[in-house]
Amino acid sequence: MADRLFKAVSVRSLRGAVKGSEYRREAFISYGILIIGYIILQVGAAAGLIGHNLQGQFVPICVYVSLAISLNLVVGISGELSLGHAGFMAVGAFTGIVVTRVLEGSIGFAPLRLILALIVAAIMASIAGFIIGIPILGLRGDYLAIVTLAFGEIVRNFMNVLYFALDDKGHLKFAFNHTIEGIDNSQRIITGAIGATGVTKTATFTGAALLTAFTLFIVLNLKNSMQGRAIMSIRDNRIAAESIGLNVKKYKLMAFVISAALAGMAGCMFGQNYSTLAPVKFNFNTSVLILVFVVLGGIGNIWGGMIAAALLTVLPEALRQFSDYRMLAYAIVLIVVMICTYNPTIKSRVNAFFKKIKPKKKDKTGKKAGKEVA
Amino acid sequence: MTFLNSLISGLSLGSVYAIIALGYTMVYGISKMLNFAHGDVIMVGGYVSFCLTMYVGMNGWVALLIAMVVCTLLGIIIERLAYRPLRGTGSLAVLITAIGVSYFLQNAALLIWGANPRVFTSLFNGAETIHAANGQLTITPESLFTIIANIVIMIVLTLFVSKTKAGKAMRAVSEDNGAAQLMGINVNQSISMTFAIGSGLAAVAGVLMCSAYPVLMPTTGAMPGIKAFTAAVFGGIGSIPGAMIGGLILGIIEIFSRAYISTELSDAIVFACLIIVLLVKPTGLLGKKVSEKV
Repeated sequence: MADRLFKAVSVRSLRGAVKGSEYRREAFISYGILIIGYIILQVGAAAGLIGHNLQGQFVPICVYVSLAISLNLVVGISGELSLGHAGFMAVGAFTGIVVTRVLEGSIGFAPLRLILALIVAAIMASIAGFIIGIPILGLRGDYLAIVTLAFGEIVRNFMNVLYFALDDKGHLKFAFNHTIEGIDNSQRIITGAIGATGVTKTATFTGAALLTAFTLFIVLNLKNSMQGRAIMSIRDNRIAAESIGLNVKKYKLMAFVISAALAGMAGCMFGQNYSTLAPVKFNFNTSVLILVFVVLGGIGNIWGGMIAAALLTVLPEALRQFSDYRMLAYAIVLIVVMICTYNPTIKSRVNAFFKKIKPKKKDKTGKKAGKEVA
Repeated sequence: MTFLNSLISGLSLGSVYAIIALGYTMVYGISKMLNFAHGDVIMVGGYVSFCLTMYVGMNGWVALLIAMVVCTLLGIIIERLAYRPLRGTGSLAVLITAIGVSYFLQNAALLIWGANPRVFTSLFNGAETIHAANGQLTITPESLFTIIANIVIMIVLTLFVSKTKAGKAMRAVSEDNGAAQLMGINVNQSISMTFAIGSGLAAVAGVLMCSAYPVLMPTTGAMPGIKAFTAAVFGGIGSIPGAMIGGLILGIIEIFSRAYISTELSDAIVFACLIIVLLVKPTGLLGKKVSEKV
């Protein structure tokens, strides 16, 4: 009964409920993109068609795709602007690095270490999400955005003064705001602003792709559950949702914490892909980058965000022929694409053009979704 | 005496934040967008002034004026090309475009001026530092002038917004875009003017900031930009006195936590204070609370 009410509140969910097949279509496309992308990259790498530089990008691509999916949960499905996603990523990455390092002596099997690290990273990131989620839920719109921004910066600042090391007996040592004395450089795990050093890489392309599939599974299922519809109905009309007895804070917090946990796992995978990792990597620009994926892919459109994340991660590499001009070209591409996708005049012209070619072709769902949230 | 010295440098840094925050707050007030490229306009102002004094040999003050003109034009051009096509499409699309503009400015600066940090010659090169209380209290001309400039700008701007016709038009547009248009106000012109004023002030802030902290890099504007944005929210975004108060408080908190707590953690403390303020007053110190209607 309650579920039906939520459907009635959320216009878009109502459409989904009437159509019924929308979830299946979205899931089909999303998993399809992931599987096809995985196969293409694997075959391409095996056949030697993909260069070494791009092969090094395989794990980051999966990580950024996962991050785009998890941020879409907050920005698209829950309808809140978050500018601190890199903070959760940082929590996950550094937790994962400490966990794998501690377990290195006792567990020899790398994938098992990775899985344990992912679990701990998810727990730590969700705790961080919970702590930051509680106070911000009373805030609206841009004020919420600035608090998430502040949170991301606070996390990065704390990472700059964190010190972890393993002593001779294999005990974990921790220090805050001062270096640990009497420890070899090789025993240090995390050294303040220098970050993590001597990480044994455990991330593999297959592992990262599986993590992406897991993230997709969680988000798509949540979106199609009773809770998901509750979250979306709050996004579409907070007051109406409240008046039918929805606990707004609970559902907003749920979306935020799940998104944080997934971001923590992606961050953990990211950290396991490099032998050294500095906290500077998780600055405001990274948070913004993930947001760019989500907005460019169409807010609330899961597979759109996936494609945008993959393309934009590869783009700087592909623009390498422009050498010094590549980041400039990246910026121009970003601005032009944004104007072309969102400007009403250009959009209607493009749509009219496509209608001429295919009379029955409908507007993409992602664009509609973006309009509704905005 | 450390306390007083810190207070003065805090006020000086806070004044820089306040001047930058004005640009944020005015643009937000009128077009409801977070202009993330604002911080990079500061950097452009700094570089223009640097080039004019360094390569052309111009007087620092003339260079400041030219930098203001350049940044004003830059602000108008950015608004015209990047933001106007997206007006009315929701804040997120414009936000991402602003981020694109920010990348663009940073990378253009990287190409033109290179990645190496440049040492900025202070506007007050040669002016003497004031010593008081047996030399224990030092006031640099940079901080003194920054504080005065902030106060003057704030007074002029408040008068402009409340007394002149153009200022009233700006306020009307920020209150209700559509109704203002019906009253015969040129909305486009008002928004352009807001961007122009904000960007011109950004040039002033850039030169003052580089005079006090004389390192100029393509990313120089990024962090002060974020801090000033924080200051604007702290004081209540959209409010001019709020930007001033927010900027000053933020500057003082930052310098004090650097002096007494920890240099590395100063940013974390600043942002933590912001979160606490927003918990108590969800729309900032001087922000208006808008109740939601069904």
